[in-house]
Amino acid sequence: MENDLIQSILDALGGTFIDILPIILVLGFFQAVAIRKKVPNLGTILFGLVLVVVGLSIFIVGLEKCVFPIGTQMANQLTDLNFLTSGDEAAVEELQTSSNIDPAIYLWTYIFAFLIGFSTTLAEPALIAVALKAKEITTGAISAWGLRISVALGVAIGVTLGVYRIVSGDPLHYYIATGYAFLLVQTYFSPKMIIPLAYDSGGVTTSTVTVPLIAALGIGLASNVPGRSPLIDGFGLIAFASLFPMITVMGYAMITEILAKRKQIKE
Amino acid sequence: MDVFPIILVIAFFQILIIQKPFPNLDQILLGVLLVVFGLFVFILGLDSALFPIGEKMANEFAIKGNALWIILFGFALGFSTTIAEPALTVVAGKAGGLAAGAGAIQDNKESIASFVLGLRITVAFSVGTAIALGVLRIIRGWPLIWFISGGYTLIVITTFFAPPQIIGIAYDSGGITTSTITVPLVAALGVGLATAIRGRNPILDGFGLIALASLNPIVFVLLYGISVYGLNI
Repeated sequence: MENDLIQSILDALGGTFIDILPIILVLGFFQAVAIRKKVPNLGTILFGLVLVVVGLSIFIVGLEKCVFPIGTQMANQLTDLNFLTSGDEAAVEELQTSSNIDPAIYLWTYIFAFLIGFSTTLAEPALIAVALKAKEITTGAISAWGLRISVALGVAIGVTLGVYRIVSGDPLHYYIATGYAFLLVQTYFSPKMIIPLAYDSGGVTTSTVTVPLIAALGIGLASNVPGRSPLIDGFGLIAFASLFPMITVMGYAMITEILAKRKQIKE
Repeated sequence: MDVFPIILVIAFFQILIIQKPFPNLDQILLGVLLVVFGLFVFILGLDSALFPIGEKMANEFAIKGNALWIILFGFALGFSTTIAEPALTVVAGKAGGLAAGAGAIQDNKESIASFVLGLRITVAFSVGTAIALGVLRIIRGWPLIWFISGGYTLIVITTFFAPPQIIGIAYDSGGITTSTITVPLVAALGVGLATAIRGRNPILDGFGLIALASLNPIVFVLLYGISVYGLNI
């Protein structure tokens, strides 16, 4: 098995190099044609590029061999009919033949989705950096922890709702369109300085490790819940996870603004 | 490190809720090691090679370059960093396999590979276009909300004509693309520009590139789906 892994990492090296090549060409071209200066520390940079290609190859093989299977297996185990009915055989048979499954029996799946969304987002390094920056720019009106918790809540709610959507089989665009409509109305009423930050927070928070895990969870669910197709129902969780943080971040800014105003009136 | 909470939540569920040994535990553990080690080496490389150059170039362009060069640079930067994004590579591969399994495209290696490559190039092109447009927005000082509401309107209209097999992938592609490589470089370009141009505010004008880069791929992937599967009328 170890040989298999080494072989797949070696196989990935060539592809990864081709993937990285456009960045090198772009930076090289603009450096040579537009900026026309010599690159300092060329040796360090070349060594860094080797690290990028090698690290990326190992990482991608790990994602495919580990993160994707984990997501799929958690989905398989949590939607296993024996697990859902605690081993009651009569209930298993009933579920297998019924065409309309009660979404409530997937309770543990919703809790799992919520916790994964919340915990991974709270630990996300990119979000920590953005939160500190936001605190600095708003001179403390938006606290770093408040922002991180509201984004994490947004991702958690989004993934949970997305999982519910897969179970119920409703069309994805109804949910997303409603979310966007809500977001646009909310934008109109929220403090102006938070808007770009809130819109960016949706895209920033879904990281390289979380995305494949959540995607695998969705595909696994759609393959297991009776009547769902992985291609049509399996995707969409990431879309939810990018939409809801925008709503919660604006909501957080609106609440802090209202609280600040009340305090002023009292004084 | 965002791997740790994942392990914690999964271990909690496996032991307390599912109460069964995890399938293929040894292979999964080996995979976790690969992910952590690979990510570490990858980010070390990014920090010592790509980020310093990219950020410096973004700043230099922001300060002295002319508008056309900056827009071109924005497009090229968005395109090239998205092609390299690992999460996109993995998820696009999954989407290709599923599309073949469902009979949406031919089930052989060549047609899956061409579907996956087409998907990645579509997303990369749309991120490039979004960054170029976003840079133009910062230079001109147009409000972000015009682009956001315009983009959402376009998404709603395109969804109406798009085949159901592509909608989920398209909506996901927005969040997938803006990740490890793209975000730091693009954010450096945006904040650098907004700081350098007089009359622009880094917080109001500097952010927002990522938002456009998450929105545009949805429209483009929907169009890609229409071109692969045909119109849904």
